[in-house]
Amino acid sequence: MELTTIWFLLVAVLFTGYFILEGFDFGVGMLLPVLGRDDKERRVMINTIGPVWDGNEVWLITAGGAMFAAFPEWYATLFSGFYLPLLLILLALIARGVAFEYRHKRPEASWKRRWDNAIFFGSLVPAILWGVAFANILRGVPLDADHEYVGGLLNLLNPYALLGGATTAALFATHGAVFVALKTVGDIRARAAALAVRLGVAAAVLAVAFLSWTLTIRSSTAAVVLAVAAALALLGGLAAATVRREGWAFTGTAAAIGLAVATLFAALFPNVLPSTLDPAGTLTATNAASTPYTLTIMTWVAVFFTPIVLAYQGWTYWVFRKRIGVAHIPQH
Amino acid sequence: MDALDVARWQFGVTTVYHFLFVPLTIGLSVLVAILQTLWHRTGDEKYLKLTKFYGKLFLINFAMGVVTGIVQEFQFGMNWSDYSRFVGDIFGAPLAIEALVAFFLESTFIGLWIFGWDRLPKRLHLASIWAAAIGTNLSAYFILAANSFMQNPVGYRYNPDTGRAELTDFLAVLTNKVALITFPHTIAGAFLVAGSLLVAVALWHLIRHRDSADTPAYRFAARFGSWVTLISATVVVITGDIQGKIMTQVQPMKMAAAEGLYATESPASFSVLTVGSLDGSRELFALKIPYLLSYLGTGDPNGTVQGINDLQARYSAQYGAGSYTPIIPVTYWSFRLMIGFGLAAAAIALLVLWTQRRGRAVPNSKWLLRAGLAMPILPLLANSFGWIFTEMGRQPWIVFGEMLTRDGVSRSVSLTEVLTSFTAFTLIYAVLAVIEVKLLIRYAKAGVPDVTPAPEPDDTDDAERPLAFAY
Repeated sequence: MELTTIWFLLVAVLFTGYFILEGFDFGVGMLLPVLGRDDKERRVMINTIGPVWDGNEVWLITAGGAMFAAFPEWYATLFSGFYLPLLLILLALIARGVAFEYRHKRPEASWKRRWDNAIFFGSLVPAILWGVAFANILRGVPLDADHEYVGGLLNLLNPYALLGGATTAALFATHGAVFVALKTVGDIRARAAALAVRLGVAAAVLAVAFLSWTLTIRSSTAAVVLAVAAALALLGGLAAATVRREGWAFTGTAAAIGLAVATLFAALFPNVLPSTLDPAGTLTATNAASTPYTLTIMTWVAVFFTPIVLAYQGWTYWVFRKRIGVAHIPQH
Repeated sequence: MDALDVARWQFGVTTVYHFLFVPLTIGLSVLVAILQTLWHRTGDEKYLKLTKFYGKLFLINFAMGVVTGIVQEFQFGMNWSDYSRFVGDIFGAPLAIEALVAFFLESTFIGLWIFGWDRLPKRLHLASIWAAAIGTNLSAYFILAANSFMQNPVGYRYNPDTGRAELTDFLAVLTNKVALITFPHTIAGAFLVAGSLLVAVALWHLIRHRDSADTPAYRFAARFGSWVTLISATVVVITGDIQGKIMTQVQPMKMAAAEGLYATESPASFSVLTVGSLDGSRELFALKIPYLLSYLGTGDPNGTVQGINDLQARYSAQYGAGSYTPIIPVTYWSFRLMIGFGLAAAAIALLVLWTQRRGRAVPNSKWLLRAGLAMPILPLLANSFGWIFTEMGRQPWIVFGEMLTRDGVSRSVSLTEVLTSFTAFTLIYAVLAVIEVKLLIRYAKAGVPDVTPAPEPDDTDDAERPLAFAY
């Protein structure tokens, strides 16, 4: 396989991992005001993702780094072109990350309410905007022959991209509700499970519409198969959620998100950022790539370190596999 | 004002801000790990109290370092896309490796450490903080290797067909002599901050709460922190000296700019303080140490140090007409403030050790208290000015000798967009700074916690026990 193809796959895998993992912790954040009826319940929710959210976010940093190293043109055009959405994502991630750490550091209700808002908006905004961004990548954006983005902000806010944003937000909210049901005990668990089913139906409708629209824009056999698999996984997850098989439900929503992201990458390949203007402006896995020397070095680094990272990150999930409930939250 | 200026200001503000948290993360992660190791080895509760106490301050700071760090990675592509295109083949690799090798280690094991108290076996819990500390320090190496390429590009060739710099020798990039010396200098600078914080907080408690039950713990922290400060100050000076010699070789203009040395001199004297006209034509006042600059720059008291005017002429001939001189007052003063603030912190550490010599109680002195409280701020400023010096001293280059800063900026980002982001970052950073400092003071004042020894978790199914250190 070509090195550029390997790195296209690796970048796809990193973003897929990022959306599966941070997907549920975005979901938990978005549902904080909905499922968390009092301070203790909100603390339970935050503590379900407490030990892992930071590690989940490193998937994004690694995906960005891998894109920079393997496809500098893609990284440069995308990040400068999607300037304002990425700014909003950054501001959201800043507020949210600090909120997790600082929320319980003072007892006042007003203090906690402010950080709860930071967690809610800090999760909702990226959950929508990542969908908008990836839909635009797939749809293509106006690039000139120098691969410079020449559209404005409004160009990114087209109906297809907005549907993409609604889809990711709904999928992540469902994924988060399933995760809360999986990781908690008591009253909140039952409410989370019920909410997961209702959210899941909306997410399924949006996802089917979005993926179908996607396949009319660009498609491949692999993309069709993956899209169908994503829909089936989501339906399977919802069925499991309905009968309160939370482990299977989470497997289903995780697989659905992973397969949906994979659909986008499969449909996109071999392009990485199509141009809607000058076809010469289109960035592909070949013309956006680094030299074979750099890709070779990076491949060895990835081959050696990725299994180690997966092992210890997986182990963390195992360590914190226990359900928690309001009884576990300390008084102060 | 154009988009380039604002993009530069934004990079400067967000990077200096990010680096207010990084030194504490680097240094304090290791110091907390050492404290916890001491507790593990001796069973002395004093060390456990200090671990939890400074651990809390560490985490308040750590969160800020993490969230402001993401901005840095995104900013290369968002605001410096032509730079990213030009160096991506070389510069992207250390960034990706930093994330894969260091950030995963750091973030995952920090999570284990925060939530693992009384839950993980003690040894494993101790190993978690060490793993996080190693990850943090490792990350510094990769990002400094990337930065060193901008100061002294090595291991690459310019490809005229693509107009890009291409990697030819990755090992050369990782063993860039600028990176090899900048790493210990930066790490020691970080420990200077962390040691100073230990002293400041402990000294405050020793003076304010005399003869409390926790006095032995604070005494230990004050002395330990002072030694860390002194040792790291020594390392900072030694590595800084070597760095100066390397800088004289690879970036002579930066050395000349540090000194405001306009004419080539041999031997050259070190300016302690010079007041004069900006073009160096006139000196109103000068306090100089003869031979010192020659020695610092070349290792030979009679060595030649090239001046700004000669270098400017040489670069104009080599790279075409234009200014190749950094803003001299900025480089001159940031260089001096870096050294001055760093040495001041070391002097206070010496004073703290002196006041506690042979078991003496800390004197009840208002001045000692004030000096102690100034301590962590001084090396933080030294760190900031060090970076301002090294980055401003590289100007007008973004990659020395290869690409000008003005050629690296994103062409597709408008002035309005970059003004929006600059304003937004500055506002959110200012608000968070106030919140963070208030929290740090609150938790520093609260003092060391009560610790009741927790049993070794023999039964991991003990799910009803409340979480320790929960969010």
